[in-house]
Amino acid sequence: MSAYALQEADTEVMAAAKPETEPLIAARNVNVFYGDKQALFDICLDVPEKQVTSLIGPSGCGKTTFLRCLNRMNDLIDICRVTGDITIGGKNIYDPDVDVVALRAQVGMVFQKPNPFPKSIFENVAYGLRINGLVDSKGELKDAVERALTQAGLIDEVHDRLEAPGTSLSGGQQQRLCIARAIAVEPKVILMDEPCSALDPIATARIEELIDSLREKFTIIIVTHSMQQAARVSQQTAFFHLGYLVEYGATDTIFTAPSDERTESYITGRIG
Amino acid sequence: MDQEHIVKSFDQDLNQIESLIIEMGGLVEAQITDAATALKRRDVELGGKVISGDKRIDALESDIDQAVVRILAQRQPMAQDLRAVVVAPKIASNLERIGDYAKNIAKRTSVLAKTEPIGSSAGTIKRMCALVQDMVKDVLNAYVSRNAETADDVRMRDEEVDQMHNTLFRELLTYMMEDPRAISPCMHLLFIAKNVERMGDHTTSIAEQVHYMVSGEIFDEERPKSDTTSTTFIEPDAAE
Amino acid sequence: MTDIIKASLPGLPRRHAAERRFQLYGKLAITLALGFLVVMIGMIGVSSIGAFTQTQIALSINFDADSLDPDGTLDPATLAQANYGSLVKAALREAFPQVKGRRDMRKLYGLVSSDAEFTLQNKVAENPALVGTTGKFWFVASDDVDQLAKGNIDASLPETSRRISDKELGWVEQLRTSGDVQRVANVSFFTSGDSREPELAGILSAVVGSALSLLVCFVLSFPIGIMAAIYLEEFAPRGRWSDLIEININNLAAVPSIVFGLLGLAILLNTFGLPRSTPLVGGMVLALMTLPTIIIASRASLRAVPPSIREAALAVGASEVQTAFHHVAPLALPGMLTGAIVGMARALGDTAPLLMIGMVAFIVDIPASILEPATALPVQVFLWADSPERAFLEKTSAAIMVLLLFLVLMNLAAVLLRKKYERRF
Ligand SMILES: Nc1ncnc2c1ncn2[C@@H]1O[C@H](COP(=O)(O)OP(=O)(O)OP(=O)(O)O)[C@@H](O)[C@H]1O
Ligand SMILES: [Mg+2]
Repeated sequence: MSAYALQEADTEVMAAAKPETEPLIAARNVNVFYGDKQALFDICLDVPEKQVTSLIGPSGCGKTTFLRCLNRMNDLIDICRVTGDITIGGKNIYDPDVDVVALRAQVGMVFQKPNPFPKSIFENVAYGLRINGLVDSKGELKDAVERALTQAGLIDEVHDRLEAPGTSLSGGQQQRLCIARAIAVEPKVILMDEPCSALDPIATARIEELIDSLREKFTIIIVTHSMQQAARVSQQTAFFHLGYLVEYGATDTIFTAPSDERTESYITGRIG
Repeated sequence: MDQEHIVKSFDQDLNQIESLIIEMGGLVEAQITDAATALKRRDVELGGKVISGDKRIDALESDIDQAVVRILAQRQPMAQDLRAVVVAPKIASNLERIGDYAKNIAKRTSVLAKTEPIGSSAGTIKRMCALVQDMVKDVLNAYVSRNAETADDVRMRDEEVDQMHNTLFRELLTYMMEDPRAISPCMHLLFIAKNVERMGDHTTSIAEQVHYMVSGEIFDEERPKSDTTSTTFIEPDAAE
Repeated sequence: MTDIIKASLPGLPRRHAAERRFQLYGKLAITLALGFLVVMIGMIGVSSIGAFTQTQIALSINFDADSLDPDGTLDPATLAQANYGSLVKAALREAFPQVKGRRDMRKLYGLVSSDAEFTLQNKVAENPALVGTTGKFWFVASDDVDQLAKGNIDASLPETSRRISDKELGWVEQLRTSGDVQRVANVSFFTSGDSREPELAGILSAVVGSALSLLVCFVLSFPIGIMAAIYLEEFAPRGRWSDLIEININNLAAVPSIVFGLLGLAILLNTFGLPRSTPLVGGMVLALMTLPTIIIASRASLRAVPPSIREAALAVGASEVQTAFHHVAPLALPGMLTGAIVGMARALGDTAPLLMIGMVAFIVDIPASILEPATALPVQVFLWADSPERAFLEKTSAAIMVLLLFLVLMNLAAVLLRKKYERRF
C-alpha cells in the first residue's frame, strides 16, 4: 500500500475518532527519524484528558518512539530527530522556550523493566519531590511519600520497611514503586511503556487496577503488547503499524469491530 | 479475511465450530423437510424418525457450547474472531429451537394421521416448511461465505412465511366454526403453523447473528413483520 | 529406551577430548605462572629474611665521669658534647686486651657499628645518672660481623677471599663463647631512614616518601580523573572531538612512564621551578601517569551503570547534572575507586618518572612534608640493589617484600571495595 493511501486513511480515522472534549495532548504531523531511518510517519493523535489511551501494534512499529516524544526522552538519543507539533495543554513541547526538566516533571514515565533507584523505598519516592522542590519540611515529605505509596497500592506491603532498598522488592512491587515515584511529583500525564511485561498475572492485575484508579487524576498513555490489557484498561486505543497510526478510536470498537483491515489482522493474530 | 492465524490451531478451532454449525444446520434442514413430509403423507413412521433425530441436534448444540467456552478460555479471540465465536452458540441455540419445533410437528403428526385431512392445510404447511428450510439453507450459506447481504436477504424473506401463516390461521378458524368436530385436528394444525412461523423467526435471528458476525454492526432497525394473527378476528356469521 | 541416552553422537568423543585438552592446557598455564611467581617471591623472600634480624654485641661500658662530665654539673649540653666513641673503643680494648698495633686496633673498633657512640649518647641523655657507673650494653654489630653471624660468610674459605680476617673471626668467636653475641628482631629497619652502613639502613624514609607521593597523586588525579570521566561520558556531545579525545586518552595510558618523568622535569622543575626530589613533584608526575588509567576505568564503570537508572531519574524531572551526580556517579564510584587504586598501585611500583625528577637522592631523614626531599620505595630498591656491600643484598630483597606487601594490600583494598559496594541494579 502506498504511503499516500495510508495518510489518507489516517486523516479519515482522525476525523472519525476525535473525542468530544478538548484533548490534553495533541500530536500533529509528527515524524521521527533515527538518523536516516524514519520511525514514525505523520502521526496525528488527540489524547483526551483523564482517560487511559493505549498504544498497540507489532514490535518495532514505533510505539515506544512515540511515547518518548511526549516527554522528550528522545532528546537523549543523539541521532533522533523529531518534526511536527506536539502540544500538551496547548503548549508546544518542542518550542525552544520549553524547559525539558520542567516538562518531564509534568509528564512522568514508567518503564518496561522496573527500574527503582538502588536506594531505599522511601528515598525512591522522595527523590522527585525533593529535587522539584515540592515539599518544604521533613514531615511534609513523609506525608507526600506515604500518599504516593498509598495511591500506588503499595503502602500495606512496605509501610514497615520504608528504609529497605527498593531493589529488594518483588518485580510487581518494584513496578508499583516506580509508579509511586512517578505519581509522587503529581504530573499531568503518565506514560507507561509496557509496564506489565515483566510481571505475573496477579501483579499485572494489581497494576491494571491501579491504572484504573489513577484515571481519576491523571491522563495515562500506556504501551502494551497485550490486547486484552489494552481492552481492559483503556478508553481509547491507537493501533500503530510500520510507523503509521493506522487506527485510533474508542477501545470498545477497536477490539470488537475495527474498521481497518490491518488492525483486524493484528488484533486477531494474523499479522505480527 | 482469508488470511490464516499465526497460531494454526486457532484456525482449526474456529473451523471446528463452523463445521459443527454446518452439520447442525444440515440436520435441522432435513428435520424440517421430514416433518413436513410426514405430516403431508400422514407417515407416522417418518414422524418417529424425526422425533428421535432431535437428540443428535441437541448433542451438537452442547458440543458447540463447549468448543466456544474452550476457545474463549484459550485464545481470547478479538474482533472478527471474537464475533464469530460469540455468535456460534446463539446460532446453535436458534437451530436447536428450530429442531424442537420440527420434533413437535412430528409428534402432532401421529394425532393428525388418525383424523380426516383438513382441506389443503397440510399442503400449505409443507410449502411453508419448504420456505423456511430454504431460508435455513441460505442463512447457513451466508454464514459459511461470510456474506452479510445474503443474510439480510434471508431476514426479509420471513415476511412471506408470516403471510402464509396468517392465511392458514384464517382458514383453520373458518373450518373450526363450520364443524366443531374439526376443532381438534385444526388446533393441532394451528400449533404446527405457529411452529413453522416461529422457525422462520429463529432463522431471521440467525441471519442477524450472521450479519453481526460479518460486519460488526448490530441491527437496530425493526424487521418488517406481517404476522397479524394476534389481531385477527373472524365474525362467526361471516362463515355462513 | 536406554539407547536414547547411550547412543553417542558422531564426533561427540572428539568434542569431549578437545574439551579435556583445553582444560589441561589451561591448568598447565596457570601452574606454570604460579610456579614462576612462587619461585620468584620465594627467592626474594628467603633472601630478605636476614634483613629482619640484626646481630648485636654486648660490651661492658665504663661511663668515666672525668671524660664525660669534667665539671660534674651533668649539664645536658656538656654531656652531648662528650666523646662517647672513646668509651666504646675503651670497652673493646678492655674486652680484647691481647690486641695490639694500629691496624688491628682499627679492625677491632670496626666490630661494632659506627652507630654505637650515638646509642650511648642517647642512653646518657635519657638517664644522666649513668655517668660514673659501669654497665653492659648491647651494640649493633658491623655488617661484616652481622653477615658472619647469619652464616653468609663462609669461614672455611681462605682468608684472602673473604671480607673478614682470621683475627676478626677469633674475636667474634671469643665474644660468642662468652655469650656476648645475640640476634634480635631488626626494628630499626622499619623505623629509620637510609644509611651508608648497611646494618643501619632502614626503609621508613622511602615508605613515607612513597606515601606522600601517592597522597599527592591521589588528591590530584582522582577528582580530576572522575570529573573528566563524568563529563566525557555523561555530557560531552559524541562526535569527532570526543573520539579524538578518547583516542588520545587511550594513547596516554600506554605512554612509557619515563616520558611523564621527562615532562615533569621540563615543566614542573624547569619551568615552574618547583622543588626537586620532593613528593609534591613526584606525586604530580605520578598523577599525570595515573590520570589516563583512572579516566578509562571510570568511564568504563560509568558506562556499566544501566541507562534505565538515568531514564528513571530524568523521568521524575532531574536535570542531567542531578542525574549524573545523584544516581550515576554514586553507582560507578566503587568501580572508579578500584580503577584509581589499581592505577596508584602501578604508580607505587614505578621508578622511572621519579628518577627523572630527582627522587633518587640519598635521603637519611624521614620527610615531614611534601616539600622535603624524599625517596620512594622502588627507588630505594634501585639504590640498594646498586650498592656493593653484601649486606645490602638482603636489604634490597626486604625492601622488595615491603613494596610487594603494599601492592597486595592496595589490590586487596580494591577487591574488598568492589565486593562491598558492588550493587545489583
Ligand atoms: N535508538 C534507536 N536508534 C535507531 N533506531 C531506533 C532506535 N530506537 C528505535 N529505533 C527504531 O525505530 C523503530 C521503532 O522502534 P520502537 O522502539 O519505537 O518500537 P516499539 O513499537 O516500541 O517496539 P516494541 O514493541 O518492540 O517495544 C524500530 O524500527 C527501531 O529499530
Ligand atoms: Mg517498545
